[in-house]
Amino acid sequence: MSFLNTRAERAAAVAGQFAEAVDRDGRFPHEAIAACKEARLLAAMIPVEFGGEGASMSQIAEVCAILGQKCASSAMVFAMHQIKASSLIWHGREAPWHQNFMRRISAEQLLLGSATTEGGIGGDLRSSLCAIEAEGEVFKLTKSGCCISYGLQSDAILITARRAPDSPPSDQVMAILTKDQYTLDMTMPWDALGMRGTCSDIFTFSARAPAEQILPSSFADIAAQSMLGAAHLLWGSLWYGLAADAVARAQAFVRAEAKKRPGFQSPGHLRLAEVSNMLQAMRANVQQGLARFEKAHLGGDDLASMGFVVAMNQVKTAASRAAVDICNHAMLIAGIWGYRNNTPFSVGRHMRDALSSQIMISNDRILGNVSNMLLMHRVETHLAG
Amino acid sequence: MKNAIYRLLGEHGRLPVAAGTIASDADLYAAGLTSFAAVQLMLGLEDEFDVEFPERMLNRRSFASVDAIAACIAELTAGKAA
Repeated sequence: MSFLNTRAERAAAVAGQFAEAVDRDGRFPHEAIAACKEARLLAAMIPVEFGGEGASMSQIAEVCAILGQKCASSAMVFAMHQIKASSLIWHGREAPWHQNFMRRISAEQLLLGSATTEGGIGGDLRSSLCAIEAEGEVFKLTKSGCCISYGLQSDAILITARRAPDSPPSDQVMAILTKDQYTLDMTMPWDALGMRGTCSDIFTFSARAPAEQILPSSFADIAAQSMLGAAHLLWGSLWYGLAADAVARAQAFVRAEAKKRPGFQSPGHLRLAEVSNMLQAMRANVQQGLARFEKAHLGGDDLASMGFVVAMNQVKTAASRAAVDICNHAMLIAGIWGYRNNTPFSVGRHMRDALSSQIMISNDRILGNVSNMLLMHRVETHLAG
Repeated sequence: MKNAIYRLLGEHGRLPVAAGTIASDADLYAAGLTSFAAVQLMLGLEDEFDVEFPERMLNRRSFASVDAIAACIAELTAGKAA
């Protein structure tokens, strides 16, 4: 076990201790994120030259899975932070302001939030209404109706906007604003079925900051090359952790039954084999996505290809469906003991958290995009690739 | 060939500006070409020039400008003539 995983397990233990309270009260997982900072997990992926430890996407994915087993909300906050960090790492490496900011993340364990959605555009993050308004060396930006998970707890927010007031909706840039540079006016608090600790409140965001804080790459490139893949893979990883814990609970139930009634095979036994099968397929899906992402980032053309976009999208749609199905199976195995909220076999929170996976970037929207790309992209017919 | 590309860009590109006003080396994505419209444009180009884009051309670079599209079409049609 690597040192990173050991530290992740320490933070996960704290996350698990408060998971029920976070879910019940719909509050931010302060303790878990403080434990992540204490374990210096927030800068894990930042390159060594900027004070981090240069962890790979697979290593970060493993941390997401470890946290996801104990508290999916905490794991999601961690994952979203790392997704934002990936944009900085891959697109801000050459820019002095962003290099310096990465050093700050490492030294101060800053938590990064995201403001990529906007009221009035129907959830399409590749389209913006708001625009950067340049005023000499600084810019002004106001974005309304944006859902910002843990917005109030973030130390900095990465936000998308049109490049200029006369740019089309798809010509976007991404800027990084620190807490002292923006104001958040909450218009709708988060009160949801699951993932209750992510505090995905809706805000009007207003900021003024130096223009050098805008990432040099276009957001189209950031989305295609790092954000889309990082998001789908890290989400998939934490959903895997969540699903694996649901299966572990179902397995514990079956084992306890088997000890009570030796030789008797209940219907749940068979379902355990079935759900273990589903979990294995989910794991393979996420692992294969991670391998492709890491290979693509070593160089070559894959990163800009349509096939890469299709693959990353399909990791997400498949993993999210699997998470929901697996939690449902786990509940069927433990029956009333899984359905109740107060047994060691309860999977109610897992189920409610898993349901979010289908709608955070709606699977229907993703399938729509993929179906369009499949008018051109040929399906893979080779098994080994 | 470029005239046909401009015509198809106008028909399928869903751009906020007239296709003819875009310089042939200008970034089409910055001009408002979405990934959805890019696929529709690719289908239109395949139909017009009776070619099939191979997998290696299905990336952002190939469709980044009218010049880039023209280079792809030239390569594919040259292959056919040979």
